[in-house]
Amino acid sequence: MSQRIPITVRVNGVTYQREVEPRLLLSDFIRHDLGLTGTHVGCEHGVCGACTILFDGQPVRSCLLFAVQADGHNILTIEGLAPDPDHLHPIQEAFHDAHALQCGFCTPGFVMTLKPFLEENPDPSDEEIREAISGNLCRCTGYDHIVDAVHLAADKMKEASS
Amino acid sequence: MKPPPFDYYAPDTLDEALALMAQHGYGAKALAGGQSLVPTMNFRLAAPSVLVDLNRIPDLSYIRLAPDGGLLIGAMTRHVQAEKNPKVADKHPLLHATMPNIGHPQIRNRGTLGGSIAHADPAAELPALMRAVQGRIKAQSARGSRWIPADDFFQGFFTTALAEDELITELHLPPLPAGSGWAIEEVARRHGDFALVGAFAILHLDGAGRCDHVRISLFGVGDGPMLATTAMGVLRGEKLDDEAIATAAEAAAQKDVDPPSDVHATASFRRHLVNVLVQRTLTQALARAAGQEVTA
Amino acid sequence: MSTRYIGKRMKRNEDPRLLTGRALFTDDVHLPGMLHVAFLRSDYAHGRIKGIDTSFAREIPGVVAIYTAEDLGDYWRPGPLLVPPPPVEGRVFHARTQVPLARDKVRHVGEPIVMVVAESRYIAEDAVEQIFVDIEPLPAVTDLEQALAPDAPLIHEDLDSNLAAHIIQQKGDYAEAVEKADVVIRRRFYYDHGVAAAMENRGIVAWWDGKAERLTMWDTTQAPVVIRNGIAAMLGLSESQVRVIAPFIGGAFGPKIMMFYPEEVLLPWAAMQLNRPLKWIEDRRENFMSTTHERDQIHWAEIALTKDGKILGVKDEFIHDSGAYDPYGLTVPINSQCTLLGSYDIPNYYSDMKVVFTNKMIVTPYRGAGRQHGVFVMERLLDLAARELGMDVTEIRRKNYIPPDKFPYNNEIIYQDFAPLVYDSGNYEPLLDKVLALIEYEKFIKEEQPKLRAEGRYVGIGVVSYVEGTGIGPYEGARVQVETTGKVNVATGVGTQGQGHFTSFVQVVAEHLGVDPKDIYLVTGDTDIFHWGTGTFASRGMVVAGNAINSAAERVKRKILQMASQELEAPVEDLVLEGGFVRDQRHPESFVALKDLAVKANPLRGAVKADAEPGLESTAYFGPERGATAFGTHAMIVEVDPETFDVKILRYVAGHDCGVMVNPLIVDGQVRGGVAQGIGNAFYEKIVYDDQGQLLTASFMDYLVPTSMEVPHIELVHTETPSPLNPLGVKGVGEAGAIPVAPLFVQAVENALAPLAELEITEAPISPNRLFELVQEARQKV
Repeated sequence: MSQRIPITVRVNGVTYQREVEPRLLLSDFIRHDLGLTGTHVGCEHGVCGACTILFDGQPVRSCLLFAVQADGHNILTIEGLAPDPDHLHPIQEAFHDAHALQCGFCTPGFVMTLKPFLEENPDPSDEEIREAISGNLCRCTGYDHIVDAVHLAADKMKEASS
Repeated sequence: MKPPPFDYYAPDTLDEALALMAQHGYGAKALAGGQSLVPTMNFRLAAPSVLVDLNRIPDLSYIRLAPDGGLLIGAMTRHVQAEKNPKVADKHPLLHATMPNIGHPQIRNRGTLGGSIAHADPAAELPALMRAVQGRIKAQSARGSRWIPADDFFQGFFTTALAEDELITELHLPPLPAGSGWAIEEVARRHGDFALVGAFAILHLDGAGRCDHVRISLFGVGDGPMLATTAMGVLRGEKLDDEAIATAAEAAAQKDVDPPSDVHATASFRRHLVNVLVQRTLTQALARAAGQEVTA
Repeated sequence: MSTRYIGKRMKRNEDPRLLTGRALFTDDVHLPGMLHVAFLRSDYAHGRIKGIDTSFAREIPGVVAIYTAEDLGDYWRPGPLLVPPPPVEGRVFHARTQVPLARDKVRHVGEPIVMVVAESRYIAEDAVEQIFVDIEPLPAVTDLEQALAPDAPLIHEDLDSNLAAHIIQQKGDYAEAVEKADVVIRRRFYYDHGVAAAMENRGIVAWWDGKAERLTMWDTTQAPVVIRNGIAAMLGLSESQVRVIAPFIGGAFGPKIMMFYPEEVLLPWAAMQLNRPLKWIEDRRENFMSTTHERDQIHWAEIALTKDGKILGVKDEFIHDSGAYDPYGLTVPINSQCTLLGSYDIPNYYSDMKVVFTNKMIVTPYRGAGRQHGVFVMERLLDLAARELGMDVTEIRRKNYIPPDKFPYNNEIIYQDFAPLVYDSGNYEPLLDKVLALIEYEKFIKEEQPKLRAEGRYVGIGVVSYVEGTGIGPYEGARVQVETTGKVNVATGVGTQGQGHFTSFVQVVAEHLGVDPKDIYLVTGDTDIFHWGTGTFASRGMVVAGNAINSAAERVKRKILQMASQELEAPVEDLVLEGGFVRDQRHPESFVALKDLAVKANPLRGAVKADAEPGLESTAYFGPERGATAFGTHAMIVEVDPETFDVKILRYVAGHDCGVMVNPLIVDGQVRGGVAQGIGNAFYEKIVYDDQGQLLTASFMDYLVPTSMEVPHIELVHTETPSPLNPLGVKGVGEAGAIPVAPLFVQAVENALAPLAELEITEAPISPNRLFELVQEARQKV
């Protein structure tokens, strides 16, 4: 049972080679083996969405994947989103501007969920936004300010790409 | 909430996967999308000694037109692929309408159609859909393959007709009869939750306006997806109007189900919801059969 | 008063760290050699421990230590009583506090019995599965009324019954009120169990540095100073040997308060035993079982009124569920008892409260902290009275509001801070009017609702009012220092869990010192930086710590002005602080930088006077004589599906007054977030125990926290009635939003369903299932 499996994973553009026990959750691997603690763990049963990362560009819950399954795959976490340490990604900027976070624990999950959503839906309606974030729980904000932030982020992203 | 230990295999081919299933038998579990299996393991409610990860087998994810005009769907097709596939929207509007009801975007990005069917959650949409459309499930093992009709596949609480060494490799969704009407409705506490009660209805009218085909498939009301056979009997051969639909819905609620009670709903509320949803889905399906636009 | 920073919608200083994943949360702490802890917890609600077999678990490779109650020796002792009962005459109170590990008996599901330390959490959980505890089950006590039955099983066998406390408080003479009354209405009300469900679970990292002889503990606590002092005492260490850090915390809402949770007591002890750093991170299942709960109460309440709707008196007899222990004293039920009086001028009040032990998780404050129970009862009584008297629900409230000229208003009973319940200030009607105007109450009632009803739609409106006692003592402190770099350091003892303290506290300092808020560095929740204080609870951060900071900043400003006056040879009145400089308004070319003054204030030669603090620094404390009373009125419009009984909120308007708003953007967020939790508490979230005390809702699949699809857009209205009790004029805002939602929700739902059935909803939370049953019952009665 103490099988250890070598894996090679690309996270935020950096290639990591590690040996892992098969049962190691991807969320624990990212947080504790790689030290990328911006991805948070809220429920470990796939409901809260705090641990959302981009797995080959798709938002998934990292608590429902094993690290071995990431072998050969490409992951983006909250630490890899901003273009450089002095600038935030437009979604991060918009969350700041609209007071879309309070304790900030769920925030990385929301931001990662929203990145591909806004790339595919540059001009979403309130309803589409609420549907898009319905798999992420926030206990502080009541979601209103997050919805505002998504509209703002959409504008910022359009501006940036025009 | 950390999973218990297991041995892990990630075969590159279906043959290897089938050999592993044959070799490890009862203790082995196939890992598809993992959106139900992994939480169960994290709660330590399941402790398979071997996981056979199907995610590296290249040929199990596809959506093709079947010779009968329906769809053949590879077991490892992810929910999101079915949700956004134009062929599905075009050829199988009922499947298309079903997909957004399943979980949340992150779940649909990872979860697979075959995994949902194999898991056989009594409150899940896809098993009930398979019964509604009279779909078939292709089970494969090192011993060979067989097609299992959905009506025979679901055998009880999280229990299916799959043998220990079998994997689901493909789903067949026959086309709905030309000119038929369909609907899906579910009541869940929150958006994306498993349904308290859900219903699918498919019906077709003959030239004289009588019902010559009807399927009503329910979820969340028993130990698996179930057909409202009494209600279907009430409708078959009849002209459908509000009264016939009400009679059928009442029959479904009173005769076809014996729903469970849990923290979210009592048996009596579920029975009531069966009545409501059967009425609603039949009404919508009838409107669609009559060529009307329906916004659910 | 014109302000530079106070009252501005400033974006938050803490955001960039949180948005980029750099903010440190407890589970992010990683130390070399760190071991991981898991607990074996009771599967039984009530039972006797007959034996514990850890032998199999000890054989598992990677298991380092296993502790039972017996292994703790003298360290095993019940936790402290955190809040003693209030000094009310004739009170009964039995303190029975939680233990680190259950020894002879288990009293609730989730109570820890064995602690496992291993090389990883995975291995620790493997070991827990291999420990066998022989428990002889005892009948469980779960029902509040049954708990007091003469033959009820005893949870604490040294007591005669399961009664934990009994307190009667009164004002005036209720019996007299009844004699004069035209109408008396009496009902039973029930408010069910719930949890805070902060997104971050609890967690602790404890590290004993044997060389420095210091213990460092990262803890998701709302009260780091109290934890430090308690842990030092328990471990026989000097307080200065213990450092407790409450880093970024992922939401708390009450249950992360100074509980001395068993894990908080055990981790540092075991870290010292093993001389290795230890980490325990609560998982979600543990959070449901083993982080404190709130809510069960049963009220038998009565209201006496004149026929024109004036309240003559209220009588309430209620039972409060304390769970298996009562370390937090009577804070929650006292809040219920006091807040019931609400926004109303009630001359006579009689309240009899009993607190009972049950075989459930301990109850301590959760956002609202019992206030919502009182508000629920009072608002429902008013709705019933309005119905009986044929009055509009807003009219009966308006008629009974305490008029603005009656403040300060004395309710003549004792509040949770042991001070008399005196409302400091308030002006309720203007806020009601604003809320009614925004939601277009008249138009809805007269035009829209009839029209929609004619279309077969079930729409309804509700309006309720409430008060919230906030900002209680005893005190908080703060230190403000201008560094020789010109940057400003601020330190205070309260922890922070998302309230925006890094911004709002900084705004207060910037206001006085005229320094860019970006140059003000705040530390909160690190006992090595500031070691006086109680914590973040009871909507008190801005009121108590904020005013301490205000006071310290004022003192530093005075120092600066005195020095600058000498330096610039100008009178103090002519000097202004802005942009990091002190400037002579009459001679704009004459100025001095704060950083230069800071150097001068900490000279290397010459004498600093014996009674003076060196540097541009000051420490100040603030202790309000009593709490400041915030208030609000909320309104909502709902549509109910008459078949599935799902409820959709079409509009929600929250009107709120928390006195002066230091940062209205943050206030908006606090109110909206509170309402979202209130919506959860009213319609989605319910902790369910079966009659054996088994917890049936221990996951996010079964405990339904609302998502973005269930919480609507929340429209806000503010008024500002300053508190006279503190220099900033502020009142607390943290809990407010959550308090009035349940009575509002049921009032609106009753109104929506009126054409279908005349409902009388006397319980919270409700659900579609429950509405279905209530409608059936109502129809059977007709």
